[in-house]
Amino acid sequence: MEYTPNKDNIAKRIAQIFKTGDVVNLGIGLPTLVVNHLPEGVTILLQSENGLMGLGPAPAKGEEDWDMVNAGGAAITIQPGGCFFDSATSFGIIRGGHVDYTVLGVLEVDQQGNLANYKVPGKMVPGMGGAMDLTIGARVVIASTLHFEPSGASRLKRHCKLPLTAVAEVNLVVTDVGLFEVMGDRFHLRECFAPYTAEWILEKTDADITVDTDCKTVTFN
Amino acid sequence: MIAKPIITAAQAAAKVHEGQVLMSGGFQGCGAAHSLIQALKAQGTKGLTLISTDNAMHDFKTGTVTGIGHLIQDRAFTKIISSHIGLNQETQRQMNAGETEVELVPQGTLAERIRAAGAGLGGFLTPTGLGTEVAEGKQVITIDSRPYLLELPLKADIAFIKAKKADKAGNLMYAGTARNFNPMMATAADVVIAEVEEIVEIGEMDPNHVHTPSIFVDFLVLATRLEL
Repeated sequence: MEYTPNKDNIAKRIAQIFKTGDVVNLGIGLPTLVVNHLPEGVTILLQSENGLMGLGPAPAKGEEDWDMVNAGGAAITIQPGGCFFDSATSFGIIRGGHVDYTVLGVLEVDQQGNLANYKVPGKMVPGMGGAMDLTIGARVVIASTLHFEPSGASRLKRHCKLPLTAVAEVNLVVTDVGLFEVMGDRFHLRECFAPYTAEWILEKTDADITVDTDCKTVTFN
Repeated sequence: MIAKPIITAAQAAAKVHEGQVLMSGGFQGCGAAHSLIQALKAQGTKGLTLISTDNAMHDFKTGTVTGIGHLIQDRAFTKIISSHIGLNQETQRQMNAGETEVELVPQGTLAERIRAAGAGLGGFLTPTGLGTEVAEGKQVITIDSRPYLLELPLKADIAFIKAKKADKAGNLMYAGTARNFNPMMATAADVVIAEVEEIVEIGEMDPNHVHTPSIFVDFLVLATRLEL
């Protein structure tokens, strides 16, 4: 079976997790794609760590207000009923357990629920930004990533080797081949994304994985 | 009510001296004091320590430099304390070359360390960073059987604040996400200079809409540049 990277399927699946009223923080990059796939009728409250609740869609070109940006520095709008606050309040919201879900990018994630996503020593050191607070504080931590590194190795590991962003905080890992729950000592495969099968995922992933007895195959439109 | 001195950006920059610690508000340049940054760049002061949540942008490919990146480009800082430097390739270059010391602090911890300094606290306990490199050398304190890191306050000699509007007493109001680190930084530096887009008379600002009380602000500067 040939592997074709597919970020949209990751975003599509994550978008189906949320229910109306959930407070969600989406990381920069892949996680922000999730808003494009929210099901009709589901209204979530997007928190942005740079100081707002009620993140709206991007403004039309020429209508940007540069006093309103997201955590990536891109121009945004705010929804009716939204609000602004300072960074101390913002991280009080995050650490204080008032955010239901955080969706973060991945360099490595392991079967203990450890996440590494802020530093490759000597090569790339973007910094943790708000990721350490988000992983500690959010009720559910979702790691979202293409299943494989460019080298072909799986980003799901037995043990992270890179400096950690979070220790045992990841609850779900959604890749472009399937959905995994972190069980503390292993990944538990809950869904396979067509055309990938559980056998193929187990063969291609160097980590301990158990397969749910009701493991479903999900096909995306 | 006592009016605060309204000075020029160049006069504000002259209050910054070699070896001092500078706090700069802003998040990817949004809510950064661009006029003050440009004036300090023109003055050319070196040997500073920067406290800023990020380093705005310096893209080697496009040559784009924004916000505090203009001072980093001139190597104004020997030490940088930030949570995110990912969009500033020059900071990463200086760090990898050993030219500038970079201390990475989780964003929530950075905000709270600054807040603690301004609020007279000796530190605070946070679970953020436990088990990571951030915890190295720090005291772990257990409260109700949960471990926390002891994080210490962070203050500065001078703070560059950016607000939308001030009255002449120095009360500040921010706009949108340009608030970010500015309110905490305004409380945590010996000298606080606020760059604002508009200055109104005392009594013309609704006290209900004041985000930063006047007592934290020492000088006002009317913004001359609004570029990012």
